[in-house]
Amino acid sequence: MASYIIRRLIQTVVLLIVLSFVTYLMMGLMPGDPLDIACSANPDCTTENLDQMKELMGLNDPIYIRYGKWAAGFVQGDLGYSRTYRVPASQILAPRVVNTMILGFLTMLVSLVIAIPLGVFASLKQHSKLDYFINMFAFAGISTPSFWLGLILIIVFSVKLDWLPAGGVETIGVDQSNFFAVLMDRIQYLILPVTALSMLTIASWVRYTRSSMLETLRMDYIRTARSKGLTESSVIRRHALRNALLPVVTVVALSFRLIFSGAVITEKVFSYQGIGSLMFDSIMGNDFNIAMCCFLMICLAVLLMNLLADVLYAYLDPRITYQ
Amino acid sequence: MAHTSTGISDAFIASSSEESVKGINVQEDAVKTYWATVLSRFLKHKVAVGGVFMILLLSLLAIFADVIASLTGLDPSAQKILQRYGEWSTSHPLGTDELGRDAFIRLLYGARVSLAVAMLSAVASMVVGILVGSLAGYYGGKLDTVLMRVTDSFLALPLIPILILMAALDFGKIPVVGAYMQGDEGSILKLIIIFVSFSWMVQARLVRGAILSIKKNEYVLAARTMGQSDWSIIVREMLPNVLAPVIVAVTLAVGQNILFEAALSFLGLGIQPPTASWGNMLNNALESINNRPSLVVIPGILILITVMSFNFLGDGLQDAMDPKASKS
Repeated sequence: MASYIIRRLIQTVVLLIVLSFVTYLMMGLMPGDPLDIACSANPDCTTENLDQMKELMGLNDPIYIRYGKWAAGFVQGDLGYSRTYRVPASQILAPRVVNTMILGFLTMLVSLVIAIPLGVFASLKQHSKLDYFINMFAFAGISTPSFWLGLILIIVFSVKLDWLPAGGVETIGVDQSNFFAVLMDRIQYLILPVTALSMLTIASWVRYTRSSMLETLRMDYIRTARSKGLTESSVIRRHALRNALLPVVTVVALSFRLIFSGAVITEKVFSYQGIGSLMFDSIMGNDFNIAMCCFLMICLAVLLMNLLADVLYAYLDPRITYQ
Repeated sequence: MAHTSTGISDAFIASSSEESVKGINVQEDAVKTYWATVLSRFLKHKVAVGGVFMILLLSLLAIFADVIASLTGLDPSAQKILQRYGEWSTSHPLGTDELGRDAFIRLLYGARVSLAVAMLSAVASMVVGILVGSLAGYYGGKLDTVLMRVTDSFLALPLIPILILMAALDFGKIPVVGAYMQGDEGSILKLIIIFVSFSWMVQARLVRGAILSIKKNEYVLAARTMGQSDWSIIVREMLPNVLAPVIVAVTLAVGQNILFEAALSFLGLGIQPPTASWGNMLNNALESINNRPSLVVIPGILILITVMSFNFLGDGLQDAMDPKASKS
């Protein structure tokens, strides 16, 4: 087990290094050159100045040397400087990461609380109207573009009904010393994004839980448990559910990728100040350093969650062995 | 002597070819009955059949968008600035958008782009997936390890951020091929390339798994003994047995791609205006959320219906082709 974890850790680190290099290369393909932009704003800037600056900033070095310098800084905590915000990258990134984490974990929590009971109910009442309805709902859920759902929610709850704010993270001017007020304020801003984002995960987890339960309910040990005379609720709760949820755990952990991925668009729709919307805005604003940091942060989070999913699964299911 | 020997060999060839013809017939019968059962099982799956009708209807509307445009006299890019946000009327069935263009005909042209991008990407990533999967599964060893490591690495990536990053790149900066990635058709080609680059992995794993499971079968050994080349064994003996899960995956991939295309175009990174796609119509509609919500609602519902149809179709095909894997 320990050696398995170590090996997976090494794989993750290698993948991150390769990924950071590829990302670094790709940033060179972004439209617009930051130096050209800086220079075009200044009428006194000549071609000679430009060449001097390039030499000074080491932009004439081969790509691997530039990457090496950047990576060395990155590892030591120097994430570079933001062109748009004029502050060190780490200063902008930290609150954004926290915001996205809040959004992500809340979405996971809401999805779990709704999806698992729905999936279990559907499986217990297979072929009933309820099952049919839940199934249809799940199909619709996986087929809905999350950004569109977000727009519809905004139209209904912000524009027409005016119940909830259309976007943002918090109201400016809330009394920061009053913890309860801050909490209520932030929840207000989270309801719509969490709803839009959790639709997809709820839908896919419902389907997963349902099919896993149906499969488990056909097992011999369930028949044994029933023939022992156990009550139906005990059979379901202690025998079926525990086994059926095993594969669901992996899917849930892996879904973190979906949530983090989808968050980019949802954050954008709701102007939620998370890492995804920051990445998008930075790409659009030619702030490549920030874009790269955001992208690598998202990758890091996702890869760590993948790792966690694998380890969790190995831990929960003693039948699995890893060499 | 020579004469008789040729006679014998002729007879031998004749009889063997007759046998093989018979053999092929038998095989074809088996294939037919398999597909016939698949069809009859599929037809029982009512929502899936509904999905097929929906897809056919949309495809026909998309294919004949030009004809419909010339019959109704509507032009997807004709702007009438004085008729912005027009009401639903006989001349403009679904009203007009922020530039006074007809929303209905733009939806049809949008269907064209969205469906074409999604379907072409799904088929192309199937080809890449089959190639990688069959190479890895058939040859095994180091090649398999390397290919599967790469596949796993790609699978581990956060898809939407990657797609956004790739779509934002200026492919024109890439030497030689870059020239093809600009302009109207360029943005479509670029999108397809991006989708294929990050969606072949599922197919590759499927094909590899299936090939591994049939690699040791007698008929593969027989084919090899008869001196068939590796390529012909893979294509003629193995791939037909892998077809069912691959078709299901392609169908589901089309739905996924429609969603991704919509998302990227919505962000302004996919299909570039004035070419209409469902995604960039939603992007344009953003400013009219207040005064004309139908411009936001209708493209979204079309996306939802289309993706749902493809998902139903995939589900139905899965149940019909592989009853053992059926979920209920």
